[in-house]
Amino acid sequence: MTESPLLEAVELSKSFGGVRAVHSVSFAIQSGELMGVIGPNGSGKTTLVNLITRFVKPTSGKVLFKGETISHLPPHRIVRMGISRTFQMVKPFYQLPAYKNLIIPLYSPRMKMLAGRRYGDRNAVALDLLEEVGFERDAFVAYKPAGALPQGYLKRLELAKTIALEPELIILDELFSGLSLAEVASIVPIIEKLRLEGKTIIMIEHRLRELFRIADRVIVMNYGEKIADGKAAEVMESDAVKNAYLGTENVCK
Amino acid sequence: MLVGTIIYALINSAILALMAIGFNLTFGISGVANFAYGAFYVMAAYGMWLIRNHTALPYPLAVAVMVAVNVVLGALMYRFVLLRLRGQALSEVIATFGIGLAILELFRYYGFVGFEYTLPVFSDRSFVVVGTYVDAQRLFILGFAVVLVACLWSFTHFTSTGLAFRGIAQDERTALTFGIDADRVAALSVAFGAGLAALAATFIIPLGSISPEEGYDVLIKALAVCIIGGLGSSGGVIVAAVIIGFAERFTDSYIGSHWTMLVSLLAILAVLVVKPSGLFGKQKELEERI
Amino acid sequence: MNQRKERIDRGIRVRSGDVFALSSWREMAYLAAPRILPVALCLLLPLVLSPYWQKVLLSVAVFALLAISWDILARTGMVSLGQALFFGMGAYCSGIFNHYWGIPPLFAIPLAAVAGGLLSTLMLLPVLRLRGIYFSMVTLVIPLMLVRVIEATKIFGGTEGLSGMDPLPSRWVEMYAVLAVLLAALFGFRRVMDSDYGLVLRGIADNDRSVINAGINIYWFKAQSLFICASIGAFAGAFMTHVYMFVGMPVFALDYSILPIAAAVVGGPGTLAGATFGAFLLVPLSEALRGIGGLRIVLYGVFLVVFIVALPEGIFHYIQRKYHQVERWVEVE
Repeated sequence: MTESPLLEAVELSKSFGGVRAVHSVSFAIQSGELMGVIGPNGSGKTTLVNLITRFVKPTSGKVLFKGETISHLPPHRIVRMGISRTFQMVKPFYQLPAYKNLIIPLYSPRMKMLAGRRYGDRNAVALDLLEEVGFERDAFVAYKPAGALPQGYLKRLELAKTIALEPELIILDELFSGLSLAEVASIVPIIEKLRLEGKTIIMIEHRLRELFRIADRVIVMNYGEKIADGKAAEVMESDAVKNAYLGTENVCK
Repeated sequence: MLVGTIIYALINSAILALMAIGFNLTFGISGVANFAYGAFYVMAAYGMWLIRNHTALPYPLAVAVMVAVNVVLGALMYRFVLLRLRGQALSEVIATFGIGLAILELFRYYGFVGFEYTLPVFSDRSFVVVGTYVDAQRLFILGFAVVLVACLWSFTHFTSTGLAFRGIAQDERTALTFGIDADRVAALSVAFGAGLAALAATFIIPLGSISPEEGYDVLIKALAVCIIGGLGSSGGVIVAAVIIGFAERFTDSYIGSHWTMLVSLLAILAVLVVKPSGLFGKQKELEERI
Repeated sequence: MNQRKERIDRGIRVRSGDVFALSSWREMAYLAAPRILPVALCLLLPLVLSPYWQKVLLSVAVFALLAISWDILARTGMVSLGQALFFGMGAYCSGIFNHYWGIPPLFAIPLAAVAGGLLSTLMLLPVLRLRGIYFSMVTLVIPLMLVRVIEATKIFGGTEGLSGMDPLPSRWVEMYAVLAVLLAALFGFRRVMDSDYGLVLRGIADNDRSVINAGINIYWFKAQSLFICASIGAFAGAFMTHVYMFVGMPVFALDYSILPIAAAVVGGPGTLAGATFGAFLLVPLSEALRGIGGLRIVLYGVFLVVFIVALPEGIFHYIQRKYHQVERWVEVE
């Protein structure tokens, strides 16, 4: 491929005290790709996301977005460039109605920079967005206080917050964790729709079966290092991966 | 002159460290910022004064009694006020601040102000140290500060209660899973801080007199030391106490005594600009905290 | 035997969420009363009060402004223990403008509000990067230290302070100017806090990472909020300078830090109306208790503790609930 990658990580490292959370990880992701990141608990997946979005300062290494180095920018600037993420632990404003939670991303300077396709009354835009992620408009779910919503809706709300920013790269940090099979099944189409719109997506995931169905490519982390990178099927066959990860988890049939 | 200034600067640092160590210990362990700390300090001092002047108890016993009283009051404050506010740092701050305020102003109201309200020095001898006159009380302070720091260090590193303290300080939830009672430890930490305030008063008050102002003063100095050193960091307290102690004493000797407060203020602002969390602060900046 | 209290919104309250609310005079009165009453009170009270109680009303307004400023800051996640810093900065700025440069009060006061706000913001800027109690600690320490600095360096009149400031044109201008500012701040900032901008500010207090993840620079927003609140406080200080025609070290005194916090906490933290209500309650109370002297501050301390432990929602929320809801006991099945 001659096309330059959308996002490129070059030898990213982070150590907390003496612990090497992420060690010299490099990868590149092309525009429009859906890349999965898997690995056992504590293998540095979330830290990797934090390093890309600069919520954590890398010890060494750099991140390039569209050929520009972004790893020295503060996190809010990175978001404005078009990288947006979800958080593993969703923490909405519990007392506010669900749609009001979207006001903050809609208030973002990125909206002004894009000269908003979704320009208009923020409340109306928020309601539209929530409908896109599956808040049934007829049932007025969007008007309920966020604190009263079940986990599945909270995750969708988190996804909506990310989509609201119209990012080019979406990073989903364990979006499916804590959800039932049915709930996951209802979110997968939303992600597939985002792909059709041409968004680039990185998914950190433990739910391998769902991930492999939609991912183009998977990288595998273990002890802070990248141990495999390639098509889902190839990665599953590599011995290093089997030993590190799948040997302990019964997902591959 | 220089040697004398250095000696007095060391003593000044010891005083500051003594003032701050209790506050810092409480915060370091349980995250409770005890803004009533200055009030505990003054309360212990008045208590000792009352016992000494109105009862037949020997002075060392008076000290012991007041340290114990402070410990109990600290624990009671935790049990009846802070426990209900646990986890809401800001409510804790307001509540302890209110308690401290009430205590100090009550003392002012009853007119405990004047030069006769002071505690006795341990010994009125004085020594010549490298050509400088130093009275015994100041040497005691220096010695006591060193011993106290050493004791606290070994306490938190070798005894089970101390280790529980550190466990809670590092991760309250994990500590809970090991069967450490977080509320008990937090209550103990507040009680300990209050007790240390009483001990500090015993050593420092004889150099001056007791007044409600002293309570605010101790709180400000403790806060200043903690802001510079970094909240909850024991090493930071000592380094910050030395920095402020030396800065004050040297300004006093070479520029003029009334500039000392300005120097402390500038030191605080300078440290905040360079490193907002203090020199050894565990409180990380946002980018570092995930 | 087994009963629980059930709270139901009044019918008017429920319907007032929609556009159909204004169907009768009674309902209009129900909605308008909480807004019109304080305005009417502010306009009429000065006319019936004796000059002494007018002065009390003046300090009520000043403390209410400080309490409003405290509450906005607290809702942005910054709990200040040193409103005196803002108050004192404004007071000294206005004093300097008037005393040294002869700027008339009507210009000196707004100018000092901005200048004092700016100076306070600059001083506290480094702490904005941290959350939690650092802000409280630094705000508590700085004004108390500034007092000592002024005392020691003898700048701006030292312990004597600056006196002979020009007063405001008349007693009535004084009175209505501050009440107008109070009402403007109360209704204006309530609207701001309910707007999308205010939502972002409150979001920072609740979940700062989520706000950053919206591409918003939270330090910039915190600085804005700090500047707004510092300016409100500085206005109060600048105003008092010209009422007393004097500015000196007492402007950094603990009273100006504590009474506003007490007012906001007792009145009801989280609502500007609560903060104002608290000031209207506590300041006259403390005036009535003038006889007991220093014991007043003891009472504030006790109030703070009792309210934060026993009624953390504050009196205002309690009244609001009674106004909007019916309560009844029902059997538990």
